[in-house]
Amino acid sequence: MIVSIEDIQNEIIDEFSMFEDWEERYQYMIDLGKDLPLIDDQYKTDSNIIKGCQSKVWVHAEMKDDQIEFTADSDAIITKGIIAILIRTFSNQHPKDIINADTGFIDEIGLKEHLSATRANGLVSMIKQLKLYAVAYQTQLK
Amino acid sequence: MPLLSGLEINAMFNVNDIRKDFPILSRKVNGKPLVYLDNAATSQTPQQVIDVIVDYYSNYNANIHRGVHTLSQEATDLYEQARLKVQAHFNAKFSHEIILTSGTTDSINLVANGFSALLKKGDEIIVSALEHHSNIVPWQMLCDRTGAILKVIPMNEAGELVMDIYDSLLSEKTKLVFTNHISNALGTINPIEYIIEKAHGVGAAVLIDGAQSCPHIKPDVQALDVDFYVASAHKMCGPTGVGMLYGKEEWLKKLPPYQGGGEMIAEVSFEKTTYADLPHKFEAGTPNIAGGIVFGAAIDYMNAIGFDAIAAYENELLDYATKQLLEIEGLKIYGTSKNKTSVISFNLEGVHPYDVGTILDKLGVAVRTGHHCAQPIMEFYKIPGTIRASFAFYNTKEEVDVLVASVKKAKMMLS
Ligand SMILES: Cc1ncc(COP(=O)(O)O)c(C=O)c1O
Repeated sequence: MIVSIEDIQNEIIDEFSMFEDWEERYQYMIDLGKDLPLIDDQYKTDSNIIKGCQSKVWVHAEMKDDQIEFTADSDAIITKGIIAILIRTFSNQHPKDIINADTGFIDEIGLKEHLSATRANGLVSMIKQLKLYAVAYQTQLK
Repeated sequence: MPLLSGLEINAMFNVNDIRKDFPILSRKVNGKPLVYLDNAATSQTPQQVIDVIVDYYSNYNANIHRGVHTLSQEATDLYEQARLKVQAHFNAKFSHEIILTSGTTDSINLVANGFSALLKKGDEIIVSALEHHSNIVPWQMLCDRTGAILKVIPMNEAGELVMDIYDSLLSEKTKLVFTNHISNALGTINPIEYIIEKAHGVGAAVLIDGAQSCPHIKPDVQALDVDFYVASAHKMCGPTGVGMLYGKEEWLKKLPPYQGGGEMIAEVSFEKTTYADLPHKFEAGTPNIAGGIVFGAAIDYMNAIGFDAIAAYENELLDYATKQLLEIEGLKIYGTSKNKTSVISFNLEGVHPYDVGTILDKLGVAVRTGHHCAQPIMEFYKIPGTIRASFAFYNTKEEVDVLVASVKKAKMMLS
C-alpha cells in the first residue's frame, strides 16, 4: 500500500509542529539530512547536479514497479535535510501523483524562507527537478 | 537650498552616535537585533542621505539639461553640483572627466565598449585573478569582438597578486590593464600604484575598479595617475543604480560614445549626428537624477565623518574580529595579506559555507556566503565558497562578539 503524498506531508507537518523554535526545527532537519537515501556514486555526476543551488545537489531517479525512487546527496547539510524532506514525500510514488503534488507544506513546517528567490532558488529548483523526472517517467508509462 | 544644508553630521567619531544616523540598524531580523555584516555587498543609508531623496522628490523633481523652467534649472544645478562633489572627492582635474553611470558594472562596460574601437587582433589585455565577474566578462566580450588576448595576473595563497608575473606579462602588446583596487572576496588591497606605473611604462591604459575601496579610502586619481577609475554609490552609503567613471580627458575624448540617445548629441540629422562634449557624450537619456544628487550627499556624509577616522576604526574592528574568529577551532581565513580592508572571508572545517550562513541569518547576523562573484578565487583555494563578514564604520565590537558567538553556535549545530 502506498501512503499518499498528502498523508506523508501531514505526517511531516505533525513532526515539525512539536518544535518550539527554529533551532529545534533546524536541528531536526540536519538529522533528517543525515538519513537521506544516498545517491549511488556512479550517478553523482555533473549532469545530475541541480542548478540554482548555492550548494551542490545531486539527484537520481529510478522507476520501480511504476513508482519513482529518488536518491540524492548534497555538500551542505541543511540542503541535505531539505532534499530529504522532499524525497520522503515524493519517493515511491506514481509519477502522476508527483506531478500533481502540492508543496505548500514547506511553508507550514516553517521553512518558508527557503522558498525566497535567493535561498530557495535552491528549493524551488529541487521541486522542479523532481517533478521533471516524474514527467519524463510518466511519458514512458504511456 | 534646504536640500543641501539639511545635511548635518556629527564631527567626532563616536560609533554610537553614528549608528543613530542609520534607521535600519535598529531593526530586528528573525526576532534578533540585526547585525549587518554584508557591507561589501551594499552599505546602509544614513537618515541625512535618505532625507535628500525625499527632499529631491518633494521639492525639485524635474528633467534636467533641457527645460527653461525653474524646476528643471534647479534640478540641473543640483545634479551638476553632485558631479562637482564627485570630482572633488576623487580629485579629478576637470568635472567633465566624471561620468555619472548606473554603477561600477556600467562604468566598466562603457570603457570596454569604447576600447572595441581602439584594439586590434593580437593586442593584449591584462586582468587580475582577484576580479569580480563584472570585471572579467566585459573584457572577455571585448576580446571576442576584437581578437585581443586576455592575460591574467595570478594570486598567491595569501590572496595577493604576484607582481613578478605581472612584470613578465607586460609588453608593447599590452593595451589595457584592469584590476580592482580592493578585492571584494578577500579584502586584499592591491598595489595599484605599482601596477599603474608599470603599465604606463609600456604605454598601456589602466582601469581601476574602486567598488570596494571607495567605502574605506579616498582615492586621488591625479596622484595615482590612473586612466580610469570606477565606483558604485551603493557601497558608499548612497543609493543603488548610480555610480561613477573617472576617465582622463584625453582617454574620454578618444573613446567613442557608449549608448546613443538624448542628452549625448549636439546636432542630429539623418545624414549625420554630432556628439555632445564631455561628459554628456557618455550620458545618453535621462539619467538617475535623484540618484546622482543623493550620491553627492552620501559623499558629503562620508567626508564629514572623515576617511582617516573610518579607516582607523575599521582596522581596529578587523583586528579584533580576526583575532576572535581565529580562536575558533577549525576556522580558516582566506585572504591573509597584511594589506587588507575590513573583510573576513572564512570557512569552518568540514562545513559548507551555505549552512553557516543559514544559521547566522537565523541569529540575526547578515553575512554573504558563496563565491562572491569571484569563482576563479574559489577555484584557486579549491572551495565551494566562503562566509564573508564585511565591516563598516557603523559596526561595533559588540556586533563582532555576536558574530563570533553565532559562528560557534553554527559550528555546534552543524558538526
Ligand atoms: C570589486 C567589485 N567590482 C564590481 C562590483 C559590481 O558593482 P555594481 O553591482 O554596483 O555594478 C562589485 C560589487 O559587488 C565589486 O565588489
